[in-house]
Amino acid sequence: MTQHDLLEVRDLYKYFPIHQSILDMLRRKPPNYVKAVDGVSFSLARGEVLAIVGESGCGKTTIARTLIGLEEQTDGEILFQGECVGAQERRLRAGLAPLESAGTVGTREHLALPRIALKRLRQQAQMIFQDPYESLNPRSTIFEIVAEPLVVHGLSRSRGERAARVKKALEDAGLRPAEDFSMRYPHELSGGQRQRVVIAGAMVLQPELLIADEPVSMLDVSIRAEILNLLNDLRRQSGVSIVFITHDLGTVGFFADRLAVMYLGRIVESGPVKEVVANPSHPYTKALLSVVPVPNPRLRRERVILQGETPNAADVPNGCRFHPRCPVVMEKCKETDPEYKTVGDGHQAACWLI
Amino acid sequence: MNERWILFKRNVTDFWRTFRRNKLGLIGAVLVLSAVLVAVFAPAFSPYKPTDVIRDENGRGLTFAPPSVHGPLGTDDAGRDVWTQLVYGARISIMVGFLAGFIAMFIGSLFGITAGYYGGSVDTLLMRITDILLVIPDLPLMLVLVATMRQMDLHISPLIVLVIVIGLLYWTSTARLIRSQVLTIKERQFVARARAIGAGHAHIIRKHILPQIMPLIVANTVLILSTAILVESGLAFLGLGDPTQPSWGTMLNFAFDRSAITNGAWWFYLPPGFAIVWVTLGCVLLGNVLEEMLNPRLTEHHLEGEQHMVSLPDAQSLSGSGSEAVS
Ligand SMILES: Nc1ncnc2c1ncn2[C@@H]1O[C@H](COP(=O)(O)OP(=O)(O)OP(=O)(O)O)[C@@H](O)[C@H]1O
Ligand code: SF4
Ligand SMILES: [Mg+2]
Repeated sequence: MTQHDLLEVRDLYKYFPIHQSILDMLRRKPPNYVKAVDGVSFSLARGEVLAIVGESGCGKTTIARTLIGLEEQTDGEILFQGECVGAQERRLRAGLAPLESAGTVGTREHLALPRIALKRLRQQAQMIFQDPYESLNPRSTIFEIVAEPLVVHGLSRSRGERAARVKKALEDAGLRPAEDFSMRYPHELSGGQRQRVVIAGAMVLQPELLIADEPVSMLDVSIRAEILNLLNDLRRQSGVSIVFITHDLGTVGFFADRLAVMYLGRIVESGPVKEVVANPSHPYTKALLSVVPVPNPRLRRERVILQGETPNAADVPNGCRFHPRCPVVMEKCKETDPEYKTVGDGHQAACWLI
Repeated sequence: MNERWILFKRNVTDFWRTFRRNKLGLIGAVLVLSAVLVAVFAPAFSPYKPTDVIRDENGRGLTFAPPSVHGPLGTDDAGRDVWTQLVYGARISIMVGFLAGFIAMFIGSLFGITAGYYGGSVDTLLMRITDILLVIPDLPLMLVLVATMRQMDLHISPLIVLVIVIGLLYWTSTARLIRSQVLTIKERQFVARARAIGAGHAHIIRKHILPQIMPLIVANTVLILSTAILVESGLAFLGLGDPTQPSWGTMLNFAFDRSAITNGAWWFYLPPGFAIVWVTLGCVLLGNVLEEMLNPRLTEHHLEGEQHMVSLPDAQSLSGSGSEAVS
């Protein structure tokens, strides 16, 4: 078997059909879709941390959910250790024929690739959800929550071994001593502690991949750094790869290796964090970076405040999808979608200015 | 196990602390528990058997004797002690009611959970069945069912027929209630998390859905019990009970059959009516209070409402009124 990246995503599409009224159906209006993820490709090497940055509604959570098989992709391939995740929704794809005829969809080679069993995928890849107040069952104890992955996968069957693994996971996640927490209920814990429980539950299986969907956005600003440090420590100790989803570019530089900037369902710029931050090529990335607080005031860039409404995934503009808000928009942008161009080493962007 | 015991004790104590403050709930519990105690220990409450005929000095049956002449509640047309019948009738009424109620609760929960959790065509099918049952008038349907089941020579006691018929008809409200609750629970993030760690449907239903709706099931069961007892009384009053094992409804049936009213024998027909009200009222009071206390929609609001960073002002005022309703 050839050496695969841990995760490879090619031309991923996730469209949610919009409910049609009977009248629309009678008028034979074509079905409409929320194009939550609209042609996304990226890859993740072992031990790497990829940050996906983008504003609310650009499809970050949808990518995360598709990666772990909670949603079935509309089209595209997800290869986890060389094996396919999910099948495509055939029914929906039938309604999306234009996509295929436009040739946007790559090879069909994945049909020949082995499909990974969901159960194995969900043992080796773990997801951390955005809202620690919602992702813990209010009627389970902390012990039950952290031990649940072991129970589900039938691992560490002996009581003592299970208890030891839960204890280690809790303490690794900074909940020390574990005994003080294991018999408590989630509502007795603070938001930061809850997110630590979630992280402990995710790490107890020693996964290869961690998908962290805005793990700190619901937390108090004062404890965000703690949780980010914890993730960074865990990554260094265990070598787990992380897809780190955030809307805050400020938290990215601190531990991600690579950065992908998303806008309205598509990655508009990606590359090594240092490279992208130092040399942003896409106007959207520039705008995002310009509002990140910089410690040294002399280095402060001119702030670019984006005009126009927040984009709507149900109504993606023609041409460059960023053009209604782009400060440097040209005529050409309104008609044709720019292709990816290489800007530097592993650094790509999709903009006609490049 | 020791830790589990501690947790269990803590939950029970928490529950009791809230419950104790609620007068109506306490009254309901006392009404229900007293009736159940009387039913279980019936022989301790009366020196007679329900079939014993009380006789005067001359050995004649003491018919329609008022309470002033015999016992606390007098005698019926055949000279049998009404109090004794009432005490033993509690056994039948409560047993039939409880059995039917539990069957209804079981079917309702099963349908509600399956429909809500699996959704799609399963949901549509189950809910259509529920709708059909809901729109057919109960009483004629039950009369027909009971009559046909008796015709069929199944050699089962008429009481079992009642249990089955009531149990098979009164689960629809439970099913709807539980389905709607499951619909919201299954969209919650801890269920998504459970799926994301690889849990199967059985595990998710057992560990994540059931614990959330269990309180609701308990509260609803208590309410269903009151309906079941009431319906049993109604059917027995119409003569569908077992004359050899009279329930309160059967007693009323006897009383009316044997012209207790024209004889002015109020002690014959008032006590069973009062007993039915006693138990059903108790169940309703207890069930309503339990539902109010345990309904996840009402209780979890104040724990989790304020954490949502993006909440609209009216959403907040809604959650505000939600927690007021609890306190
Ligand atoms: N199940 C769904 N059905 C229909 N539309 C959906 C569904 N899930 C997501 N969407 C839509 O897809 C788009 C992308 O949503 P997504 O949750 O992935 O955004 P996000 O980048 O995670 O945003 P946020 O930062 O707010 O979490 C949104 O327009 C959203 O309304
Ligand atoms: S292609 Fe045009 S509209 Fe799009 S980002 Fe570049 S300049 Fe702006
Ligand atoms: Mg999101």
